[in-house]
Amino acid sequence: MSALIALVVAAVTFGTVLMFGTLGEILTEKSGNLNLGVEGIMYMGGAFGLAGAFYYEKIVGEAASSGFVAIILAILAAFLAGAVASAIYGFITITLRANQNVTGLALTIFGTGIGQFTGEFMRVKEGGFVALSNHLKDAFSSTIFPDFLKNIPVIGKMLFSHNFFFYLALILALAMHFFFSRTKTGLYLRAVGESPSTADAAGINTTKYKYLATIIGGGISAIGGMVYIVTTAGCVWNHSGLSGVGWLAVALVIFCMWRPLNAIWGSVLFGALMIMYLRVRIIFIPTEIYKILPYVVTVIVLVISSMRNNKEKQPPASLGVNYFREER
Amino acid sequence: MNSNIAIEMRGITKRFGKVVANDSIDLIIKKGEILSLLGENGSGKTTLMNMLAGIYQPDEGQIFAEGEPLTIRSPKDAYECGIGMIHQHYKLVDVFTAAQNIVLGLKDEKLDLKTINSKVKEICDRYSFIIDPSMKIYDMSVSQKQTVEIVKVLYRGADILILDEPTAVLTPQETEKLFTVLRNMRADGKAIVIITHKLNEVMAISDEVAVLRKGKYIGTVKTCETSPQALTDMMVGHAVTLNIDRPKYDSQFPRLKVEGLTCVDDEGITKLDGVTFTAKGGEILGVAGIAGSGQKELLESITGLYPIKQGTVDFVTDEGKEKNLVGLTPMQIRKTGVGMAFVPEDRLGMGLVGSMGMTGNMMLRSWKKGKGVFLNRKSPEELAKKVWDELEVVTPSTSFPVRRLSGGNVQKVLVGREIASLPKILMTAYPVRGLDINTSYAIYNLLTEQKMNGVSVIFVGEDLDVLLELCDRILVLCGGKVSGIVDARTATKEEIGFMMTTVGGKEAADVQ
Repeated sequence: MSALIALVVAAVTFGTVLMFGTLGEILTEKSGNLNLGVEGIMYMGGAFGLAGAFYYEKIVGEAASSGFVAIILAILAAFLAGAVASAIYGFITITLRANQNVTGLALTIFGTGIGQFTGEFMRVKEGGFVALSNHLKDAFSSTIFPDFLKNIPVIGKMLFSHNFFFYLALILALAMHFFFSRTKTGLYLRAVGESPSTADAAGINTTKYKYLATIIGGGISAIGGMVYIVTTAGCVWNHSGLSGVGWLAVALVIFCMWRPLNAIWGSVLFGALMIMYLRVRIIFIPTEIYKILPYVVTVIVLVISSMRNNKEKQPPASLGVNYFREER
Repeated sequence: MNSNIAIEMRGITKRFGKVVANDSIDLIIKKGEILSLLGENGSGKTTLMNMLAGIYQPDEGQIFAEGEPLTIRSPKDAYECGIGMIHQHYKLVDVFTAAQNIVLGLKDEKLDLKTINSKVKEICDRYSFIIDPSMKIYDMSVSQKQTVEIVKVLYRGADILILDEPTAVLTPQETEKLFTVLRNMRADGKAIVIITHKLNEVMAISDEVAVLRKGKYIGTVKTCETSPQALTDMMVGHAVTLNIDRPKYDSQFPRLKVEGLTCVDDEGITKLDGVTFTAKGGEILGVAGIAGSGQKELLESITGLYPIKQGTVDFVTDEGKEKNLVGLTPMQIRKTGVGMAFVPEDRLGMGLVGSMGMTGNMMLRSWKKGKGVFLNRKSPEELAKKVWDELEVVTPSTSFPVRRLSGGNVQKVLVGREIASLPKILMTAYPVRGLDINTSYAIYNLLTEQKMNGVSVIFVGEDLDVLLELCDRILVLCGGKVSGIVDARTATKEEIGFMMTTVGGKEAADVQ
């Protein structure tokens, strides 16, 4: 039982990282933009988010630093990094109408490079090791619920013991669900992603919607990278830890069928699949087999959903296609 | 100033690159009247109306609404001016409900189903529509989707409605229902424009008819004072002499026998209906018809690209034996030794690979040759050089991407390759579309040369003048049916124009 609880807790921790990445990409893709640069964006988010908290602490000093301010600064720094990277992507695909796949892949390479450079630069400059103080580490892994809730047997550990970011992601998923299904702006955004010419003819500013969704989406994805560094990686810069996480988020978007609510359990499931090799070890099965499980599951889901041919469970109809009004 | 005028367009000109789509057109749209905008394919009807809907901007000319100059920069502007257009391809979001589509983009509208429903119901009652606001678009029939489009436009308070080919996909019963609605709207004082090329519908519904031909405005007439014959004359114009050389090949013989050919598309719409004809070696058989009358399906079903539901397609060999082609793939057809060449309408999409050079494109016909896994590059290279020389293709080298050549040169590469395969049947779809006069003549001469070599040439064209001067016989399609086959040497333009719009042509119209 305790092994199971430990597995769930670890899955949620890693799942939180994925949830941010996925929610951001869902928002982007709902506008019809397939941003394959999530991997790069999350790298940048990780490096800049850590830098935000690290330099804050360095400037005000360890004793005077407040955990709350550090969290806010880390989120802001990561969000800005992701937003700037996505704005570049947006300019190239929305305004210049370049191929989205190529641009996204280029952003992955670019963002990974920038993230690595920033992280390594900090590391070298700070004497080979970039880490936050224990005081801030605690702040980043703190939970928001009082002890008596956490002490409820089983449930307490499974529901109330996670770090602050998990609950933030949870709220974000619920908010996005509400946004897409209940608000006018959400409806218009979906219209832009489904059929930009229809939205345009209805008087919706498709360019504005695409830009905003892409930039905000990229910012949210970048927060995921930051969350990885400050939770799983233990507030230490680690140049290889984030590799593959962004791709997992892209796969998860498909797995969730572009629905924010599915992202909640989907990311926890993927998180579990990713850490299974550490916790549920079966001899003779190499860890690599475990690591491909999320992708295998995604492929199976894709096959099943395309076989069922349900019109509701499809990608946004104009995903990956740039829009130009006078196209003939 | 006549207060009855809703919109006036003066001297509207629109160019796409070198092509003039609309050449200083004047048009008046009146309140409480239905105006038909009549013209052949490519006469600029949709382009003209798109400028009212804010999709395009006119290069020259001015639009007036009630005497005031009007600038329409976007579809949003158009709505604000009370102009609503129902496009041929509906602009609806499939996964949304009818109500969601209707309120899409409206600023001051709450997403409150109750108010939307009652407003929609009010509009429906007024003009006798029937729709279910909570139904998803993907569950709807074409006619229901059209209704949603019309309601959407009315919901936004449009007083001027433009319908682009509204009956193209409707059954006769649905068309009748639509006409009832249109008449109700006319009675309500709305100005209505329908873009169409169906003469019987023009006569049935409209008050006035404006005719466009090749981007030019020909004139407006009152429907009650005109006849289908007079409209056809306006639409196709008088014959122009082109002086295309047309020798006669003496020993013509049957090459391709098509009988009762019927094709149905994915949505169950009949595209070809019992098409029967024989193409002869040593003649150019022209295929005329309004766009979408089944020309594409006809060529593609013969070449094995489009599934055939019924009917036979038989190739007659030199020895007089008949070979059945139904159900074979293009590769199987080639293997049986039937020499068929196809110059498709979509040159860079279906015919050539844009990013490859001439040599690479020549290889598309011969990639199966060569030893083992290696390609034979030598003979395609030679062929490319030959086509380059003989057809005077303007290109820096045989490896220059064909996408970056001009339209005429692209077509020469494609035709050159197809002719080089020494076909028995050469099928071409709109081979001179977008080409200048000289290149067009070069293509005509190539086709005539092939004919004199005993090849059976099938030429799908849109310019009746060219068809009449180039072809030996002309097969006229109308809504997927063969409207008739005429001798191009004796037929007149009016006769063919009539057959394009009415099955059977003049005789059939007289009976009606």
